[in-house]
Amino acid sequence: MDNGYAGTMSRKNEILKNATGIDYERFKISPISFDYERLMNSCNYSFEDAVQILQEAGVGQTPLVELKNITKLIRSVSPSGKGARIFVKDEAANPSGSFKDRRAALSIYHAHTLGYKGVVAASSGNYGAAVTSQAAKRGLKTIILQEAYDSRKVGQPEILEKTRACEAYGAEVWQLSVGPELFYIMLRVLEETEFFSASLYVPTSLLGIETLGYELAKQTFQQVGRFPDMVVITHAGGGNVTGTARGLMRAGSSDTSVVGVSVDLQGLHMAGDSDFNRKSFTTGHTGFGIPFLTWPDRTDVPRNCARGLRYLDRYVLISQGEVFYTTELLARLEGMERGPAGNTSLAGAVALAREMDKDQVLVVQETEYTAAGKLPSSQLSFAKENGVEVRRGHPADNIPGKVIIIPEGIHQFERQELDLDKIRKSYLKKAMEMTKPYEPTQEDFQFLAEDCKSSIDYVLGVTKSLNVK
Amino acid sequence: MPDAQKGDLVQIHQIILEPDQRPANLPSSTRSVPYECWIKGFLIDDRADLGNIVRIETLIGREISGTLCQVNPTYDHNFGTPQKELLSIGNEAGRQLEKA
Repeated sequence: MDNGYAGTMSRKNEILKNATGIDYERFKISPISFDYERLMNSCNYSFEDAVQILQEAGVGQTPLVELKNITKLIRSVSPSGKGARIFVKDEAANPSGSFKDRRAALSIYHAHTLGYKGVVAASSGNYGAAVTSQAAKRGLKTIILQEAYDSRKVGQPEILEKTRACEAYGAEVWQLSVGPELFYIMLRVLEETEFFSASLYVPTSLLGIETLGYELAKQTFQQVGRFPDMVVITHAGGGNVTGTARGLMRAGSSDTSVVGVSVDLQGLHMAGDSDFNRKSFTTGHTGFGIPFLTWPDRTDVPRNCARGLRYLDRYVLISQGEVFYTTELLARLEGMERGPAGNTSLAGAVALAREMDKDQVLVVQETEYTAAGKLPSSQLSFAKENGVEVRRGHPADNIPGKVIIIPEGIHQFERQELDLDKIRKSYLKKAMEMTKPYEPTQEDFQFLAEDCKSSIDYVLGVTKSLNVK
Repeated sequence: MPDAQKGDLVQIHQIILEPDQRPANLPSSTRSVPYECWIKGFLIDDRADLGNIVRIETLIGREISGTLCQVNPTYDHNFGTPQKELLSIGNEAGRQLEKA
């Protein structure tokens, strides 16, 4: 068999069908629409099953901790009556140290039930460790593919730590150089091994995350007698937002504002060998966050179950320096030393809580473990070695890839609000372009309206204006 | 003494695609270099020196071959050096909290 680039890529659909056990054709309605809810429910596990399977695997039921000192600090720089109570869901307490265990647990259980001997996942982050950890528990073999090094064989400390963690749990790790060809390697390895593809974007992965939104809503209600007014979620591929928002709704917390936060890395080229090591954050940033909102179906499966635009009420950006600053605050004022990437949403929350009333409740839905490579001192040492300037100052002077500004105080924290309406318009434009010359039907407009959290009239208005141009 | 003996933990290197085999739509800094990978495992061959083509058994028992590039590869990522831009944040925030 031809396992070269073109040959392997041409067998993509067949390989993925065998490796996920999902025939996406069954859910297709037209070139534009598919039955999202039917796909989400196709994995044959109820929510209660998911909770039980996670529990058996030691995943979930993490503490919800009120950050009283950070809240007090925020109130000291906020207008009178402002400064919401901040709580954090301590997801670092999961077996491999992040919420990604929820994302892996059900998929690995599913792979085991279907009789696969092993699993393959593409991840340079916590998901690789989560998959390997869960697979170890179920007696499955794991192969993790990581984009790890630039062409000098220099890798960010955070990624090298993930290599170590995956190997500690027993994975065969492929450390790859920069490039989208990782997908080709994934197909090749799946075909060779006949292992299960533990994609981040399949129904079992999303159902696992629903438990997080559900738990935090119930815990908040139990602790403060009301559902959260706002839940702040680090946004990259859309899974964290999608799963958490669905879990909130399942718990009855439907008036909660769902806010995504990404680290602002606009201007850096994500597939660029020379930009690769000029960023301190490997995920949770705009390099994933924006493209995945404007077009979610860019993954390792034909239709992505993680669809952030369906669920987001707001989307805000924060700088790398603000996240590092917040990581210091969490350690020093709350006694919780956690990994910086997992504190992206907390940094956003610091800016957002100042605008909210004192009696309101804001929940940050994750933390992650910390270790060598995954902490501000190692990441800033690395940034400096790679020519990035680091200094105290005003976050507004931050330039991704060039200057990291560590704020002088939280009074300077400022979230940059991205206009979701603009993102909706580019999503609709993309949907039209990708399916030309197909003429959308009423059913397609309904799908598009749901897929970008708007109305049929809105979709008709936008698509009409696209045609005029 | 050879650099590595059967059973040693080693790292191998492969060039997966040469620059001219890579997709055309990549940024030039990526397109101008080969697509490479590094994998660790236990040496199957009796003995080998750095630069030899060798076979390894990975942590999950698969056999893969490539160029021997490291013997007993070390994890050398670390906690970094103390950063003066971060060191004073805790005390500054603590003082502000006392006043609040």
